[in-house]
Amino acid sequence: MTLTKRALLAAASAAALLGASSAALAQSAMDNILKTKLIKIAIPTDFPPYGFVGIDLKPQGLDVDMANYIAAKMGVKIELVPVTSANRIPYLQTKKADLVISTLGKNAEREKVIDFTAAYSPFFQAIYGAKTLTVKSMADLAGKTVAVTRGAIEDQELTKVAPAGADLKRFEDNNATVSAFVSGQTQLLATGASVAGVMMQRNPQLNAEYKLLLKDSPNFIGVAKGEDALRTRVNAIIAEAKKSGDIDKMAQKWLGRPAGQLPE
Amino acid sequence: MSIELDFASVLSQWPLLLKGVAWTLGLTAVSAVLGVLLGIACAWVRTEGPVWSRPAVAAYVELIRNTPFIIQLFFIFFGLPALGLRLGPEWSSVIAMVINLGAYSAEIVRAGIQATPIGQIEAAVSLALTRVQTFIWVVLPPALQRIWPALVSQIIIVMLGSAVCGQISTEELSFAANLIQSRNFRAFEAFIVATVIYLGLSMATRAALNWLGERLVFGRRRG
Repeated sequence: MTLTKRALLAAASAAALLGASSAALAQSAMDNILKTKLIKIAIPTDFPPYGFVGIDLKPQGLDVDMANYIAAKMGVKIELVPVTSANRIPYLQTKKADLVISTLGKNAEREKVIDFTAAYSPFFQAIYGAKTLTVKSMADLAGKTVAVTRGAIEDQELTKVAPAGADLKRFEDNNATVSAFVSGQTQLLATGASVAGVMMQRNPQLNAEYKLLLKDSPNFIGVAKGEDALRTRVNAIIAEAKKSGDIDKMAQKWLGRPAGQLPE
Repeated sequence: MSIELDFASVLSQWPLLLKGVAWTLGLTAVSAVLGVLLGIACAWVRTEGPVWSRPAVAAYVELIRNTPFIIQLFFIFFGLPALGLRLGPEWSSVIAMVINLGAYSAEIVRAGIQATPIGQIEAAVSLALTRVQTFIWVVLPPALQRIWPALVSQIIIVMLGSAVCGQISTEELSFAANLIQSRNFRAFEAFIVATVIYLGLSMATRAALNWLGERLVFGRRRG
């Protein structure tokens, strides 16, 4: 095959691909959902308590609840598409999913490639401890031991705000940090909402509760660029759910605290 | 690809490193003294002690020598609280190191004791020394002298093994290196610095123990 022939072939197949994708684009995601009565929502299955596989091998978690909630409000059937942190945005871009509800944080780089709805759930690093322990402010950390994973965001935040008297015990990974707290080696635990949620679910005997916020980085729902009809509809559902308290209920159920003020 | 090494960003954290060195040396010093004493006691039991107590010591030695140090450490730190015994990271580290060194040094010291010529013990007995006197003054010093290099090596191994104590938040040297690299992402430099410090510590500890052994434990080698 000569070089020109190969170039021509490449150009032709590229054109064919473009044509196919523009044909798909021509129909908005919203039209497609209403026509097929089916919405495809990408959810995590490896990130408890937002999305994980339960003992019955079915996905569950806050993101899964939210996905089902939106499908129910739209009156369509749902197809859950399991994704990982790395491929959730490509799934949206390649139309394998209509929505991504997968603990997606909003930042400038991501906003260049996809659109975001309002925030639907909090994600945060916080301090947890037994209900019997009084911790009302960072100053109360003085004289108390806090388990934290070395180098994690919560370590960086805690190092900044903790009073001099606080005894930070730094561990290698989340497992060791949680084990130290669960075994009673430390009085408090500084960690991400997901880790803490699982810890509290598995160890109800500890009577642990949310104490103090370290850092907030709420989750948003991802929508493919330009799918404004779908985005507006989902935003309306979220706004309604915030008003009715359903958003708070979901956060309380999975994270142990209400959603609080979420950014639009 | 060329790597740019930036040691300044690691060395500027010298207070952390210094604290790490202090903890590593402190843990080693305490566990070396207590661990070797425990080892001598166990070696005595296994060679001359009451017969009924020998299986218990043998079980302890086998249990510790056939399980990883980090598991022993985790058992003490994460496991014992379930039984109501809560030891902080530093105490857990010291106890794990003493128990570990005790088991290894028991076998090393025992080898030295068993190499004692029977005539030497008979001579002591004929001088009306008691069993304990014989052990402390006649059997032990030459035994320690014979196995001193092996014992020093074992103490160094325990010192280097203390690197895993950082896993339970004891702020020793490896913990310091890890903390520094998790803050400035200079992992390569942090671990190079830690390596050099460990190397220096090992060589200095070995020299110091050899010097001490001659002067304090078994006397200067003659001839």
